[in-house]
Amino acid sequence: MRECLYAMSYRNDPYDPKQVALLDPAALAEAVATAEAAFAAAASPDELTALRPAHLGDRAPASLARREIGALPPAAKADAGKRVNEARRSIESAYAARAQVLEREQAERMLVEERVDVTLPAARRPAGARHPVSTLMEQITDFFVGMGYEVAEGPEVELEWTNFDALNILPDHPARGLMDTFHVAPEHSGMVLRTHTSPVQARTMLTRTPPIYVICPGRVYRTDELDATHAPVFHQVEGLVVDRGITMAHLRGTLDHFARAMFGPQARTRFRPHYFPFTEPSAEFDVWFPEHRKGAQWVEWGGCGMVNPRVLRACGIDPEVYSGFAFGMGIDRTVMFRHGVGDMRDLVEGDVRFTRAFGYGA
Amino acid sequence: MRVSVSWLREYVDLPADLTPADLEQSLVGLGLEVESVVDLAGTVTGPLVVGEVREIEELTGFKKPIRFCRVDVGDANGTGELQEIVCGARNFAVGDRVVVILPGGVLPGDFAIGARRTYGRNSKGMICSAKELGLGDDHGGIIVLPDSSPAKPGDDARPVVGLDDVVVEVELTPDRGYQMSVRGIARELSHAFGVPFRDPGLASAPAGTEAPAYPVEVRDPVGCDRFAARMVRGVNPAAPSPAWMVQRLTTAGIRSLSLPVDITNYVMLELGQPMHAFDADRITGSLVVRRAVAGERLTTLDGVARTLVAEDMVICDAGLSNSTPAAGADAGVPISLAAVMGGESSEVVAETSTVLFEAAHWDPVMVGRTARRHRLFSAAAKRWERGVDPALPLVAIDRAVQLLVEHGGGAAGAEILDIDHVSSPTPVVMPADLPARRVGVAYSPDRVAALLTEVGCTVVTGPDRLAADPGEVGVAAGGAVSFLVTPPSWRPDLTDPADLVEEVVRLDGYDRVPAVLPVAPAGRGLTWQQRRQRAVARMLADQGYVEVLSAPFVAVELADQLGLPADDARRRAVRLANPLSEQEPVLRTTLLGPLLGVLRRNLGRGQRDLALYEIGTVFHPRAAVGTPPTMGVEHRPSDAELAAADAVLPEQPRHVAVVLAGEVEPGGWWGEGRPAGWADAVAAARAVLAAAGIPEDRVAVRAVEQAPWHPGRCARLVVDGAAVGYAGELHPAVIAELELPRRTAAMELDLDAVPAAPVRQAPVLSSFPPALIDVALVVDVDVPVAEVQGALVAGAGALLESVRLFDVYAGEQLGAGRRSLAYKLTFRAPDRTLTVEEAVAARDAAVACVAERFGATLRGV
Repeated sequence: MRECLYAMSYRNDPYDPKQVALLDPAALAEAVATAEAAFAAAASPDELTALRPAHLGDRAPASLARREIGALPPAAKADAGKRVNEARRSIESAYAARAQVLEREQAERMLVEERVDVTLPAARRPAGARHPVSTLMEQITDFFVGMGYEVAEGPEVELEWTNFDALNILPDHPARGLMDTFHVAPEHSGMVLRTHTSPVQARTMLTRTPPIYVICPGRVYRTDELDATHAPVFHQVEGLVVDRGITMAHLRGTLDHFARAMFGPQARTRFRPHYFPFTEPSAEFDVWFPEHRKGAQWVEWGGCGMVNPRVLRACGIDPEVYSGFAFGMGIDRTVMFRHGVGDMRDLVEGDVRFTRAFGYGA
Repeated sequence: MRVSVSWLREYVDLPADLTPADLEQSLVGLGLEVESVVDLAGTVTGPLVVGEVREIEELTGFKKPIRFCRVDVGDANGTGELQEIVCGARNFAVGDRVVVILPGGVLPGDFAIGARRTYGRNSKGMICSAKELGLGDDHGGIIVLPDSSPAKPGDDARPVVGLDDVVVEVELTPDRGYQMSVRGIARELSHAFGVPFRDPGLASAPAGTEAPAYPVEVRDPVGCDRFAARMVRGVNPAAPSPAWMVQRLTTAGIRSLSLPVDITNYVMLELGQPMHAFDADRITGSLVVRRAVAGERLTTLDGVARTLVAEDMVICDAGLSNSTPAAGADAGVPISLAAVMGGESSEVVAETSTVLFEAAHWDPVMVGRTARRHRLFSAAAKRWERGVDPALPLVAIDRAVQLLVEHGGGAAGAEILDIDHVSSPTPVVMPADLPARRVGVAYSPDRVAALLTEVGCTVVTGPDRLAADPGEVGVAAGGAVSFLVTPPSWRPDLTDPADLVEEVVRLDGYDRVPAVLPVAPAGRGLTWQQRRQRAVARMLADQGYVEVLSAPFVAVELADQLGLPADDARRRAVRLANPLSEQEPVLRTTLLGPLLGVLRRNLGRGQRDLALYEIGTVFHPRAAVGTPPTMGVEHRPSDAELAAADAVLPEQPRHVAVVLAGEVEPGGWWGEGRPAGWADAVAAARAVLAAAGIPEDRVAVRAVEQAPWHPGRCARLVVDGAAVGYAGELHPAVIAELELPRRTAAMELDLDAVPAAPVRQAPVLSSFPPALIDVALVVDVDVPVAEVQGALVAGAGALLESVRLFDVYAGEQLGAGRRSLAYKLTFRAPDRTLTVEEAVAARDAAVACVAERFGATLRGV
């Protein structure tokens, strides 16, 4: 460095061709060729970078040559300057071109080297799941909420009065007995585990004034031993509408609409006369289920009817002014035929293999 | 009830080409529950013929006695020779005519018959029982044709045994007793096909006579409002029941016993009137119909000795002296449990020649209670409970007497007893347009009247009457007509206008009701509690928990297994009077019991890493338990009554719980697994509160000792200073007791105790750069991190944007009982770039606060 600075420290007035040998065209061409060869030999951007000082640094031949220009006689300066600049540009562009190639190569190599097996299991936490009964209950609820219904809830340990009497299920009705209904001890406590979600309907009528449009999902209890088709604890959803001028046609329209939402545009309902103490007229209804595992068929789905005026009266609603309809179906049963569940116990026992199969989607 | 179509055709002119499918469809459309409709003609294929047994050779040396028979089957076998058949039954003799299926025939159940070698002989066919032919459940032996049958060997046996018929089996809805008879089903079919019906229940029958057929005293006309009887004397005890009667009883699943008993069953099936046949010679005195005296005993026909209660009705023989003192001197001894089952002592036996037929009408409520009390759901009891036509007794008696005289000889007594306290049906007032208004089909008044008349009602148009007594449905709008409808005697279920509406829509057809979607008023969507429950459920599933819906029945001992202290509120549980299992008689007070049960079941089925959750109700009885007030149904109970009733109900808060065992993050290609622990349970509890919308700064976690958790690894979750639940690792003793995996962790929150989510206010975001400063504080190990952090926050002041604990370290150089907590503090001002001096000052203030409260020192200072 010192030497170099010194070399530029005096004028080269007495022209000394030795000192400006760097400006010689051949020397410049060689510098370019050497640089290009070196760059071409560089295998990586890092190697290329390491070559930069030698060919483009302050002490690179082209750089040193530029310094000598000042020592030339004025007539030679322009020509020499042009040559030096051309040489330097050639080296710069060779460097840039090589750098681009090497960087692209390296980027490509990295993409290859960083390749992973994306089929490796990605989730480190096992998936959770919602119970299909809960999911379906929410789905049904959403359907009715979308129509303007509200969701009513009530206690599971219920008054005998709301579970039975208010619903016109008279004291001697067999279903009230210990054979069918769980009674809270002592036997005549007046409290039972609700046998249906209908007491929620009674409570709704007791506390609201029509128009009433509610849906009542919930757990219910009956004294059935657990087997493939029965469970002591299961789930129902019931709907209740009380308004002026409500007819059985409205009941049918509602259930048909519901059936299509649940089972597709081909679905429809079929009513069969039946007896329920809390509705009159009453019907059981079947749904035409096109996607049934065993082929399209009618499936027994639930019970329904026009709210018995005796029930309206017991709940403080004037049957001369208002009429209503009610319907209900088992959620577990619906899950069973909709999803092809063969054994009720699978819904009750909580085996994670069963529940996980349903995921937690909508 | 199973009946044949040929029997129904005796009373209703069904179309000749009626298919089983049409028949089923029409009955279903009218509300009968059809179990099956079977065309018997198609159930047995191939040669089924009448055979006459000519020779019987008894084969011995086998496990059971076997007969090798030669049977005359006429020309049916193509040769006219005797057919050789091996038979295991023994209820026949040489000369009997039997039913033979020849090789090539197929019995129900796809049972093909061929010639085969068995018991060392060639058997070419089979002699059939009723069960094998699908005619009934009687497998007591093969069918032997009665002498009265004109069938000859070689004849097609199908018409002889009724295999040319169609059999309908129906279940009945609880309110329609009249359908439980040939009479009732024929009536329904006449509605369905619009064809004539000849009502056997309205057949003319001689009225009661002045002189009684037998001395009878009815002491309780409420329990028994009608009692009719007639005697037949000189009956041939050996007279068999006619083949057609036996066949119809067999079809119905009733065994033939004796001619008089078969007749009572036959009349019950035909008319729906349960009857009883007494052997009059086995009754010593007059009959007394009364309530039983508690403790009286009676052995019923099923051989069971029963102890009676005061509500049961009994028929007594006053000639016997009662040993029960309370019964009184002339009470007699019970010989029949009225309406439910006869007694042994007076039943018809092999020698009976004097038969007393009884047909009565009993209180349905009484019969229902008696049947349930004695668990005696006889065919008669089922009919009584659903309602029997009180106009039937004399018709039924007459039918039975005629059948007995015709087939058993003897002479009908001239005297007919009829004690009648039956009240006539109450008319119902109904606006003529009520069916149209309730159903949404424009039935004309004429149509309504016609349909009601068709079911047997008497319909009178009567606006005057309605004005005097508008009833519940009011006067029809626009001066429309109203009807005064008197239901027929067989329809005790028709008491309200709504019942009549159902008859109209039922006969007109449920399938004619159009579908009209009602428009609900604008609703308010889900409540915040409902939305919250969904958010929590979804979040837990999203975090890897699997939802469980467990039954809430638990053992009393569970409280001990969970190590609950003696005074723990969770020991007070709602008990069931009739639990399914005596081992699990109470309702859960914590979700953890059942949830841990499900955890164990999954472990038992081979799972190792489990995370379960449940959202459900727990039950806490009220401190002072009374009974709810008695409330009627004639009108709405008062608010005070309803409140008093609800105050008796247990508290039923909704809880959420999780349980974890094994690894919460299993090992894999990424490295080691992470076992579930107390922290996961606490994290789950915090996540629930976050999903419930509770801001983090309102949630506190405190170390507590609470069963069933590990005393050193249990956190109480507190919102706004109130406890909402607990989380942590279970107590090792509980884990051992319940045989759970080590370190099983659990969390349970009372969702109902968690307040509503606030409407959160937006933060003001500063765009100035933050100042980040790390501090390591050395404090005693028993100072909770939460409190250290609280002090840092309190001391740092408003410039502190966030604080994060990034390392916990304990080592020898810190000294025993000390640990270092390393925090990353982020300071930021809303309006300027902080200077280093400002940030350091805030840090120093934060550290000073911790130092002051807990004696913390800065590590490395």
